[in-house]
Amino acid sequence: MTSTILQDGLYVLLLMLLTKPLGTFMFRIFTGERTVLSPVLHPIERGFYRLAGVDETREMRWTTYTIAMLLFNLVGLLLTYAILRLQNHLPLNAQALPPVEERLAFNTAVSFATNTNWQSYYPEITMSNFSQMVGLAVHNFTSAATGIAIAIAVIRGFARRSANEIGNFWVDLTRCTLYLLLPICCAGALVLIARGVPQTLDAYQRVTGIAGTTNLLPLGPVASQEAIKMLGTNGGGFFNANSAHPFENPTPLTNFLEMLAIFAIPAGLTYTFGCMVGNTRQGWAIFAAMLGLFLVGVLVTTVAEQTGNPILGRAGADQGTLLYGQPAPGGNMEGKEQRFGIAASALFAVITTAASCGAVNAVHDSFTALGGMIPLANIGLGEVIFGGVGAGLYGFLVYAVLAIFIAGLMVGRTPEYIGKKIEPYDVKMVMLSLLVIPLAILGFTGLAAVTPEALASRGNPAAHGLTEMLYAFTSATGNNGSALAGLNANVPFYTIGLGLAMLIGRYLMIVPILALAGHLAAKKRIAESAGTFPTTGALWVGLLIGVIVIVGALTYFPAYTLGPVIEHFQMQAGATFALGS
Amino acid sequence: MMRQLRTALLMTMLLTVLTGLAYPLAITALAQVIFPYQANGSLIARGGTVIGSAVIGQPFVDGKTGEVLPGYFRGRPSAAFTPGNGDSTLVSSGSNYGPTNRALVDRVTVDVAAIRRENHLAADAPIPVDLVAASASGLDPDISPASAELQVPRVARERGRRADQVRALVAANTEGRTLGVLGEPRVNVLALNLALDATVPATSRESVVATPAR
Repeated sequence: MTSTILQDGLYVLLLMLLTKPLGTFMFRIFTGERTVLSPVLHPIERGFYRLAGVDETREMRWTTYTIAMLLFNLVGLLLTYAILRLQNHLPLNAQALPPVEERLAFNTAVSFATNTNWQSYYPEITMSNFSQMVGLAVHNFTSAATGIAIAIAVIRGFARRSANEIGNFWVDLTRCTLYLLLPICCAGALVLIARGVPQTLDAYQRVTGIAGTTNLLPLGPVASQEAIKMLGTNGGGFFNANSAHPFENPTPLTNFLEMLAIFAIPAGLTYTFGCMVGNTRQGWAIFAAMLGLFLVGVLVTTVAEQTGNPILGRAGADQGTLLYGQPAPGGNMEGKEQRFGIAASALFAVITTAASCGAVNAVHDSFTALGGMIPLANIGLGEVIFGGVGAGLYGFLVYAVLAIFIAGLMVGRTPEYIGKKIEPYDVKMVMLSLLVIPLAILGFTGLAAVTPEALASRGNPAAHGLTEMLYAFTSATGNNGSALAGLNANVPFYTIGLGLAMLIGRYLMIVPILALAGHLAAKKRIAESAGTFPTTGALWVGLLIGVIVIVGALTYFPAYTLGPVIEHFQMQAGATFALGS
Repeated sequence: MMRQLRTALLMTMLLTVLTGLAYPLAITALAQVIFPYQANGSLIARGGTVIGSAVIGQPFVDGKTGEVLPGYFRGRPSAAFTPGNGDSTLVSSGSNYGPTNRALVDRVTVDVAAIRRENHLAADAPIPVDLVAASASGLDPDISPASAELQVPRVARERGRRADQVRALVAANTEGRTLGVLGEPRVNVLALNLALDATVPATSRESVVATPAR
């Protein structure tokens, strides 16, 4: 109990301490100022521009920015598809793995290009080291950099006045990768290796265990991929068990650092936002609203998991924390690792779904009904609680515009945010980007519920089976990538359906947001007056939280009632179900 | 449009070379020099055979009967699997059973009964949940100190030692929470069982001292 509170408290404390320095650093990177890394990296940056034919002084309108981003993502997606299909002809395939099957290669290429990292395959027996490094991990950098670049472009929309341009996509992309992602990953990867994460290109190791069984133990360049997987809120595991695998996450310390890496950039971007719009209190207000929502989620999931599953108790598994005079983890330990216990597993689950990370250090499918509902809801809300790198901030700003619009309706005055008048065009773009997410989630889940192939893939019976399908499309649309992995997603309905959901959730959300940014940038900045609704104080933070919770609840409550809510009461009543009955 | 496409192609190539090749290869080279043991999987060898990794759990039950090897501490239930037969790749996995799944209850019930039986415990003796709940990876190297204490009398009896001698080995292979707050107290089962073999051989025939693999 005490250690749970201390661990959570230490996490929040370090996150708050990181926010200002990292936010300031990102502000310097994206406004083109010199940083401590410039002497080494500036020549490389210049070389990139020269080789790729980029004029770094020329900025783009929102339409050009969008086209550049989409083309870059398309090229990367096609390249990864090709690598996966041809991996048997490419180097670094020590296990002689065959090419990845067509639909699965499509699903996986889309998944990594969109920062989702949903995995419908077992990496250990599907992906060569070349595919992991060049096909997949590259997207961990580029999709993260894409998200951050877009967030910066959107911030420029708020910060600039009477401007036509919102930045140069190629410059934002390059500077983000060179100055921000790569240096942190180099340091992070070495720390991970020191604590026990492998980094080798050798073949799998033959191991004969004490009980006499012989297996091939998978190895690979794990640490270099693990670092960017967390920092870029990507979440695609080198191994099937993801961050629960001792090779990806060997100790409580690596676990803590991986959790910090997920939120570091999203939290820092709130400060960057404040810097760029000229008032850091605007950024801290967003940070406060995010933190409030986050803490509620941590509380619910931690209590639910530590309270445990009464059905296991009746079967003889004692869920107390002191037995035979020695400490025990207690709670719902099904699908959790002993070194993390309940607290660090529940905290990780809330973080990874609040952000669009999707890495897991525990089996979300085995969480209690309410403990598992928080991750589902975190993603469904659009991953705006710190959120994915970049995506969290621009998603949150959409809610902020909606909240100020609602406040304006209440007082009967044209709303303004950061000195920008919010007009019908802006609200239309906001509604487009907000509605596309639930439309895809609920639409696809509804389709799955009446499709025999989709239903046959369920790994669990009754209400939990519906939750598995709902979680899959929530995760894909939200570009999260975590799963209730009992669901067999490697069948055509899901490889194609989830692939489409990922594309819709990423690009149909981004395009209206960039349009909003372009439109905002062109506006004049109006001076604050006595009638301006203040967007820095507690009232504003409360309004933001209220709008997010109400929109989320109105959208998903009926679906959640049929899944986790029913399951909660069944679990309390001790009801059990068999698959196929 | 065409100019942006050309830039997109070139940028993709440049970033792929930088982040997909230069970065992981440089980290691999550094790791092999600075941390060769960890970088190659923290492998442990005994009598010339690699018997496992220090951070990866392995079964201490008879592969055929599923009965515990009584002179060894048992680890947590595992849903990891090996596709195909024989010399096949170990694929990490949890059970993915939901909390109301009857298959989960059935498995726990069977394991609870087996653990009570093999440790001569009363029919209502409490079994720590970690010892009958499948881990997330299927490769969890640890159990809780409570789960180790439960097994001390059995292992001591099988090895012809006093319980306090075995208990001292458990303590030596127990780690508390990192910095006092992170994670859970835990006992590394492979390290404990290797320490048992090194001090109290299960069979006298083998060389039993394990070393880091070269």
